Amino acid sequence: MIRFLAKGLIRDRSRSLFPVLIVSAGVFLTVLLYSWMGGVMGDMVSSNARFDTGHVKIITRAYNELADQTPNDLAILGVNDLLEQLGNSEKNMVWTPRIRFGGLLDIPDAHGETRSQGPVIGLGVDLLSSESPETEILNLQKALAKGRLPQQRNEILISEEFAGKLGAELGEMATLVSSTMYGSMAMHNFRIAGIVRFGITALDKSAIIADIADVRAALDMADGASEVLGYSRNMLYDDSTMSKLTQKFNGNFSKEDDEFSPIMLTLGEQKGLAEYLFFANSMGSIIVSVFVFAMFVVLWNSGLMNGIRRYGEIGIRLAMGEPKGTLYRRMLSESMVIGLAGSILGTVIGLALSYYMQYKPIDFSSMMQNSTMIISGEMGARVTGMSYVIGFLPGLIAPLLGTMAAGIGIYKRQTSQLFKELEV
Amino acid sequence: MKKLTVLSLLIFGAFTYTLYAEEIPSGETILRKIDENYDAESRISTATMIIKGRRGTRTVKSKSWAQGNDKVFTEYLAPAREKGTKMLKLKDELWTWTPSTDRTIRIAGHMLRQAVLGSDVSYEDFMEDPKLSNNYDVEVVGEEKVGDRLCYVLDLTAKVDEIAYYSRKLWVDKERYLPLKEDRFAKSGKLLKTVKMDEVFRIEERWYPKKMTFKDVLKKGSGTQFTIDSIEFNAKVPEHIFSKASLRR
Repeated sequence: MIRFLAKGLIRDRSRSLFPVLIVSAGVFLTVLLYSWMGGVMGDMVSSNARFDTGHVKIITRAYNELADQTPNDLAILGVNDLLEQLGNSEKNMVWTPRIRFGGLLDIPDAHGETRSQGPVIGLGVDLLSSESPETEILNLQKALAKGRLPQQRNEILISEEFAGKLGAELGEMATLVSSTMYGSMAMHNFRIAGIVRFGITALDKSAIIADIADVRAALDMADGASEVLGYSRNMLYDDSTMSKLTQKFNGNFSKEDDEFSPIMLTLGEQKGLAEYLFFANSMGSIIVSVFVFAMFVVLWNSGLMNGIRRYGEIGIRLAMGEPKGTLYRRMLSESMVIGLAGSILGTVIGLALSYYMQYKPIDFSSMMQNSTMIISGEMGARVTGMSYVIGFLPGLIAPLLGTMAAGIGIYKRQTSQLFKELEV
Repeated sequence: MKKLTVLSLLIFGAFTYTLYAEEIPSGETILRKIDENYDAESRISTATMIIKGRRGTRTVKSKSWAQGNDKVFTEYLAPAREKGTKMLKLKDELWTWTPSTDRTIRIAGHMLRQAVLGSDVSYEDFMEDPKLSNNYDVEVVGEEKVGDRLCYVLDLTAKVDEIAYYSRKLWVDKERYLPLKEDRFAKSGKLLKTVKMDEVFRIEERWYPKKMTFKDVLKKGSGTQFTIDSIEFNAKVPEHIFSKASLRR
């Protein structure tokens, strides 16, 4: 039967070409949009986790209240003990301390006086320990544009755009002017070991990365850290697992009456990322629903027009005794064939373009110069297993619904009127 | 007899009003007298700053040399981490040097809003022209007691653009012409800082603050107590000290 219907559709292109094109266009857009949004959102979640939130983050309760101001006077102390306890109790997690700081980076001239100066966002991470996961988490090897990663004390990485703005070169001295944990002015000399480009405007504009031991010395934060980040070993964020971990930790360590007791937050609990995660998880359903509805309307119309064009054929088939239900079901089967053909065609084109955009992302960085969000300026698609099948949902459902709505007319035809209508 | 009583009361009232009106000097005069207390050709002082933060108390000691209001050189003497740090103010420029970096760096832009050594005093406070009459219009709005001292209450409103505090309210000792209490406000009317004189002393012909407490109301903590341990007015200060080269000496 399917073969018979397919032959009919191929031979009578006016019956199939337009619906197939509509379905394939819709499926193509569904696949492309799903893959692209998946890429953008996945990248945003991953960038935030790697550079900012971790899968979980431990800070003091007081720091949490003013987290946007990176108040290092409220940082965690006794980090080594905390890391030891976490390492013993949570073996499926990787823990790493970080210090965030702001200030000025000052490049000296030959006489040691200011040659250029600019506001800096700094990150102190464990760069020099052999067991440190930070090089991998921050993707530092990939981000390295010039020079090398720090190998000894007081060496830093500086973002390419910032280095350009300050006219700073590899090997030059750079003085950090910031505040210690106790609010005193802090000045510390570093040497530029490498120049990095993360592709994240907020970081590329004015970032430096230094070893946490040097930052501790500079900011008078012995055994301290702004935050301790935790990552699951497979680097995949699972909200329910992290929520359980958070509840357990806060139950054991966090005390409401002690503003310096630690509190653990999941990625979703930081910076409004919960809504974002919800949207990311619901994105597939939203896109499919939108396209099913849009294509249903178009294909319903197309079905109605088809019904008018095939008015005579349907009348004859009814007059020859074909039951209305059988005719209705055959038209639904036809639409399934159309949907399948359109879905395959749309998915192939959609996947092709999605793969292209996975390797050649769209560069929005020039439009994000003032962005403070941790998101890549280059936004590309990410093809997953779901990208292969997501198009088939709207591709099959929409023509079926369209034909179901348009085919109701078959049941309204009166057999007694058929010959009069057909004027045979 | 009744008319005579009314007339006497009127004359007495007018007389006391005239006396009272004569007693209240203009706001400008009060500011000028405050400036006279503070002004000197030069000053050499040592001071102790006790900073009461959320995580404990720190004590910072410093020695300053000043010439007029434009040139100030400060060297920090304690604690060990701050020892040897020097700051130089030349008119509207501020330079700092630390022995650990051997770098002379100009403090500018948003860094000026930061707290000096984590205290409740900002670099902007440090940079301000201490002559209030140069920057503010003044109005005497009443009299109030601060402790057991009777004070004039002054409302000051900025008459220049680039200024850290748009308005201030001062309680000025009526006899000594020294502000005993001060509230400093942003243009929005938000209270930013309070200053309270805990102790004053007389030196030569002037009254001067001995102990004062600064409180940045936007910060948690109990404020910063600033004590002048010693001060010498119109002492001889060598000119070469007010140069960037002297920061590294």
